[in-house]
Amino acid sequence: MKYTGNAIKYGDNIDTDVIIPARYLNTSDHKELASHCMEDIDKSFVSRVKQGDIIVAGQNFGCGSSREHAPIAIKASGISVVIARSFARIFYRNAINIGLAIVECPEAAENISEGDMIEADLDNGIIHNITTGRDFRTEPFPEFIQNIIENGGLMQSVAKGLIR
Amino acid sequence: MTQKILAAHAGLDSVQAGQLVLAGLDLVLGNDITSPVAIKEFAKLGKDSVFDRNRITMIMDHFAPNKDIKAAEQCRMCRDFCGEMDITHFYDVGEMGIEHAFIPEKGLATAGDLVIGADSHTCTFGALGAFSTGVGSTDMACGMATGKAWFKVPAAMKIELKGSLRRYVSGKDVILNIIGRIGVDGALYRSMEFTGEGLASLSMADRLCIANMAVEAGAKNGIFEVDVTTLAYLKEHGAAEPNVFKADADAVYEEVLTVDLSQTEPTVAFPHLPGNARTFSEIGDIKIDQVVIGSCTNGRLEDLIAAAEILKGRKVAKGVRTIIIPATQQIYLRAMEMGLLKIFIESGAAVSTPTCGPCLGGHMGILAAGERAVATTNRNFVGRMGHVDSEVYLASPATAAACAVTGRITSPWEVMGV
Repeated sequence: MKYTGNAIKYGDNIDTDVIIPARYLNTSDHKELASHCMEDIDKSFVSRVKQGDIIVAGQNFGCGSSREHAPIAIKASGISVVIARSFARIFYRNAINIGLAIVECPEAAENISEGDMIEADLDNGIIHNITTGRDFRTEPFPEFIQNIIENGGLMQSVAKGLIR
Repeated sequence: MTQKILAAHAGLDSVQAGQLVLAGLDLVLGNDITSPVAIKEFAKLGKDSVFDRNRITMIMDHFAPNKDIKAAEQCRMCRDFCGEMDITHFYDVGEMGIEHAFIPEKGLATAGDLVIGADSHTCTFGALGAFSTGVGSTDMACGMATGKAWFKVPAAMKIELKGSLRRYVSGKDVILNIIGRIGVDGALYRSMEFTGEGLASLSMADRLCIANMAVEAGAKNGIFEVDVTTLAYLKEHGAAEPNVFKADADAVYEEVLTVDLSQTEPTVAFPHLPGNARTFSEIGDIKIDQVVIGSCTNGRLEDLIAAAEILKGRKVAKGVRTIIIPATQQIYLRAMEMGLLKIFIESGAAVSTPTCGPCLGGHMGILAAGERAVATTNRNFVGRMGHVDSEVYLASPATAAACAVTGRITSPWEVMGV
């Protein structure tokens, strides 16, 4: 898994209420959710995000509600990877379960600036900042999680009989 | 405690922090917002039955009674699915309550259980001595299909309670204080395990409130040591036979936090994080527009009793819309029988049927730009209760009631002359 895109930066404690406000949770349509993604913290996100872009954030990204609508909205808006200093745990597992690539890497989170061109090589655990030429190492996923991702998500693993 | 419950449900003798396990589930929970996504995922499997129709519950509480046409359609999707799958524990308007108040009341969870719910406040049932944690809709779908979920075993953080609470101080003040001390990611990925000699003085309502907000400190779960109070509660509510797990004397904790209940003061979390906790020596004159008393955190009978004690014979300040929401039908009925509803209505408060409603900015009390609310709910993020320029201050039912009376952020000690 290798993704390339420009960085869109956010701070600490980005909660699921700002990623997708509850007033839009009366739908589970991916495109509709994406059209309100980050609306309460960054009104320009929807208009400036490009396919493949990478969110780079501080600590505790995705804290708050368990709404899977949050990673769904991010993925459907075109974001390929979220890199953060740390993630809230429900958001973390939801992202894996729906197949949104997600990387915990404090060093990368600190040393990537808005707009930098980033290449995230998740198989080898390397985040490459093309703009500055710096590389950052990350922990590769444990095998258990790799299996889920390689099979396209948790439900696909269940469908294939890998989880009974 | 958490590690022992996970080991038992994964068929292992013991587990270590960080270990990944696939564990069997005793209860899978969803609501009207998260279940539709889970139902769509479940449909991808093409299965015509769930793993156990008695171990799944769907509760229509967030945007119910249906706030708009889309909400109505989401509830209908849940209703239809539960009908098709013959799910025993489907609860709709007239019967339902806010899920995390309703499930313990109905005896649907017990000590030693492993519970997942597609709602972050599923950690509430840790107060019963269960391992209980919030997950997303895909995990819920997988749980409904297989009766299993994957878990990374959390490291433990011990919260040692001592002393007992003073008048008009409650579990809400305790947990806001703890989150204020450790921060909104202070327990990230970890299990918060509550124990100590102070435990005995805490009511089940206090414990359920504290466990409920463990997620606001980033915790995977919050769990209370089971004692006579827990066992009496489980018995009273007809829960299944408890399976009590106790921490070993040499259990490993990443961190130990001591909380002196007798030193805990009325506490308010300022916008826009539950960790922005302040006590009244640090709070100035802040005028408010709305008070909400309710939610899965503080809509229990004890919470309404605490609010009524302060509102009795007093009037809500002019211009402060006060909305009180009993968390379940049973609580609503008891509040009526006890005369609490009369006290609320005579004070100038509005009383609503159970719903999560305003807590997540759904309906029944949305804020306009620039408005401030004091709420007994659990989150005060930007835009949580309405407009992005509105503010939510989190507090206990006693503090919220005191604020309703004065129209500003006020300690219950001030109103009650303590």
